[in-house]
Amino acid sequence: MSLKRVVITGMGALTPIGNDVSTFWKNLVAGVSGAAPITRFDAEKFRTRFACEVKGLDINNYIPRQEARKMDPFAQYAVIAADEAMKDAGFGADTLDLDKAGVIWGAGIGGLKTFEDEVMGFAENGKTPRFNPFFIPKMIVDSASGILSIRYGFRGPNFITVSACASATNALIDAYNYIKLGMMNVCISGGSEAAITNAGVGGFNALKALSERNDSPETASRPYDKDRDGFVLGEGGAAIILEELDHAKARGAKIYAEMIGVGMSSDAYHITAPHPDGLGAQIVMKNAVENAGLNPEDIDYINTHGTSTPIGDPQEIKAIEKYFGEHAYKMNISSTKSMTGHLLGGAGAIEAAACIMAIKDQIIPPTINHFTDDPDINPALNLTFNEAQKRTVNIALSNTFGFGGHNASVIFKKYED
Amino acid sequence: MSAISERVKQIIVEKLGVEESEVTPEANFQNDLGADSLDTVELIMEFEKEFNLSIPDDQAENIGTVGQAVAYLEENVK
Repeated sequence: MSLKRVVITGMGALTPIGNDVSTFWKNLVAGVSGAAPITRFDAEKFRTRFACEVKGLDINNYIPRQEARKMDPFAQYAVIAADEAMKDAGFGADTLDLDKAGVIWGAGIGGLKTFEDEVMGFAENGKTPRFNPFFIPKMIVDSASGILSIRYGFRGPNFITVSACASATNALIDAYNYIKLGMMNVCISGGSEAAITNAGVGGFNALKALSERNDSPETASRPYDKDRDGFVLGEGGAAIILEELDHAKARGAKIYAEMIGVGMSSDAYHITAPHPDGLGAQIVMKNAVENAGLNPEDIDYINTHGTSTPIGDPQEIKAIEKYFGEHAYKMNISSTKSMTGHLLGGAGAIEAAACIMAIKDQIIPPTINHFTDDPDINPALNLTFNEAQKRTVNIALSNTFGFGGHNASVIFKKYED
Repeated sequence: MSAISERVKQIIVEKLGVEESEVTPEANFQNDLGADSLDTVELIMEFEKEFNLSIPDDQAENIGTVGQAVAYLEENVK
């Protein structure tokens, strides 16, 4: 059996810096921060009182109210991003075999707000069990992929991948592999998250994972800066349409880029802390580069996991230096989480979109908020600080790492026939 | 129109997203107003909440139309 080639033919994004792909990308290149005081709930008593929220969104402009109220926000975000991606892909009425069209989505948590609202209602009503019949179908993390398959009539493979902050990357990996194996022609992949809730912020605060720079939200996400103090919680997501190459060519589809390789690994070390030598990160990048049939020197750009935590950032950098050797100093590296915040299970989706757009437009989005060099981070590395950089970008790699020690990487390449 | 039937109508309009004019006494939640079985369960719960009573399952099974809901509530709401 010959393996198929997989290309990207559509994208949609709903992010803290733009509610569609073009706005997201324009602001990403311009270095715009999406952080601001929390409006989703009253955060006054919380140690962190800001986040990267999706802004100016009227759900009812996208989804009828009656449908929307049966979806958790993370699933609403999935629908909004997927609608844009499907429109962008431009499938004609008879260009899709719906039995060979799948949805493989990623989310790390799922319906946190739904769970929180129902349990709080239960507690407030004297613990009388009066749960809403939509509680479970709204809350379960696979609701997003189920909703998308119903929406578009896609009857092929349908599930959610869960690997914390690597979830969306794992979704892209599965989608890629199943198309490569001929098990489907088209897949809506990507991921979304909506965890800016009492429990989400409170839970990450308890882990001491979040930045507490309340007096300056927009400079709080500062990966690789000496004074970084944690990640900034984000929300939203992105949808990426993966399509088998001949299928895309036969219908004359616009091709953004080719997906050429994937890697997975585990730290096998600690449930939240990364391996001190970045061992899992080294392995995942090596696996991805080898899976793509490349040499390390072929990579032009790495969109890092780079969450802006004191412990996490240097480990990934160490892993890059160790695996790429001298080439580490020749490529561009950036963490777009400096602008978007950390979308948890949706991160891999918007960062894949950033890699694909970097290849399309031949420009590297920056790592903003660099003020002070960290002595633990080699200044010879090009971390694309503060300003976007024009360069030749043929091949880009996106890293994501999740609690549990999950590491996942994907590689995109400029499409050539 | 009774106060109860007006409140029932508002709940149905809100939960099912239908026009007020569609909410006639004969209208069946599932056949006429686009509800599925979960929507119907939710409607019953909303009636219980709004009117502060508990509708036993065997009674709830007999409430399939707007008129049946109003009749049940008029009889049982104190």
